[in-house]
Amino acid sequence: MIFTDEQGQFDAIIEAEEKIEPRDWMPEKYRLNLVRQMSQHAHSEVVGQLPEGNWIGRAPTLRRKAILLSKVQDEAGHGLYLYSAAETLGVSREEMMNDLLIGKAKYASIFNYPTLTWADVGAIGWLVDGAAIVNQISLCRTSYGPYARAMVKICKEESFHMRQGYEIMQVLACGSAAQKAMAQDALNRWWWPTLMMFGPHDSESANSQQSMKWKIKRQSNDELRQKFVDQTVKQADHLGLAIPDQDLKWNEERGHYDFGPIDWEEFARVVKGGGLCNDARLEARRTANDEGQWVKDALMSYAEKHSKSDVDQVA
Amino acid sequence: MLKGHLPLWEVFVRGRRGLDHKHIGSLHASDAGQAMKSARDTYTRRQEGVSIWVVRAEDIHASQFENDASFFDPAEDKVYRHPTFYEVPEELKL
Ligand SMILES: [Fe+2]
Ligand SMILES: [Fe+2]
Repeated sequence: MIFTDEQGQFDAIIEAEEKIEPRDWMPEKYRLNLVRQMSQHAHSEVVGQLPEGNWIGRAPTLRRKAILLSKVQDEAGHGLYLYSAAETLGVSREEMMNDLLIGKAKYASIFNYPTLTWADVGAIGWLVDGAAIVNQISLCRTSYGPYARAMVKICKEESFHMRQGYEIMQVLACGSAAQKAMAQDALNRWWWPTLMMFGPHDSESANSQQSMKWKIKRQSNDELRQKFVDQTVKQADHLGLAIPDQDLKWNEERGHYDFGPIDWEEFARVVKGGGLCNDARLEARRTANDEGQWVKDALMSYAEKHSKSDVDQVA
Repeated sequence: MLKGHLPLWEVFVRGRRGLDHKHIGSLHASDAGQAMKSARDTYTRRQEGVSIWVVRAEDIHASQFENDASFFDPAEDKVYRHPTFYEVPEELKL
């Protein structure tokens, strides 16, 4: 079918569940919406390395250290897939990085919480990666081609992240009383921030309705959150750990678990920079950037010198 | 705050022998050697490939016309290029 107007063609592609590709015409707001969401997602992967990176040097065994290193390296990779997908929308890597470093761009607020014990590494893999998977599986069907393809690749790698976390929790939950208490404490601290990862309630989220129309988002915040709760309850039961929510109970009528109210004030505070680790996270990114600059400079001047001498030889 | 970034490269990976190289993503690197190493670390951490191509993004020329559909249009009315166009005795299983 040939459309004379660009908007008509764009709408037809979305309607037909086909993908929008990099050089296609798209509404400017669609593009900006994607740039915001994808760069935020990329930043989250990159900043998300920090809480766990904190434990690489203190992992209890060589096996755990190798696994954790590998997981954190994957998260760096996820950031790179997403930055490169976002760049196809005409935004440069520098711009995106710069927005992160000056505190303009957001990233998942969950990463502003500290990792106090080894059990936190387990809880992050189990809960935070578990929640990310629920969100990312849904995004495999997003309408922008490069984003969807990045999500497919990321989802393939995520399931090991969750399983290694759950395994850590299992070992602790079956261990001494002190170990079990450590696992429970980690669950207590990570549970609510994990539920906040899915974002505000649908009724509060104007942005997300437009995103659903454009099929950038395929399921609403509340739907995804519910899905996560439903799947996680039996995982906690199996560990013999208690989810810190007195209102959590099976609702026969809905066919879902009911759960208690989320503290949105805490969410807003952490998003705005008031979490325990916001400053430390950004500082770590800035330091990495500043201290790594000489490597990039050296590589570039080597490449330039080299290409000049190639030309000399030809001439 | 940030100085200029390294040039952009597109990465193509052959998943295993017998398959074509397939576009898998892009990355920034100073030269082909660095691009190759980064491509390995970024895109083949789980034996996803047995061969990698890296190409400077600026060296790729893409079809891009006001109306892509009309560029590919000439193929549309030549249905006789497809085997199903022809009527032949079914029992011969041609
Ligand atoms: Fe990830
Ligand atoms: Fe992950």
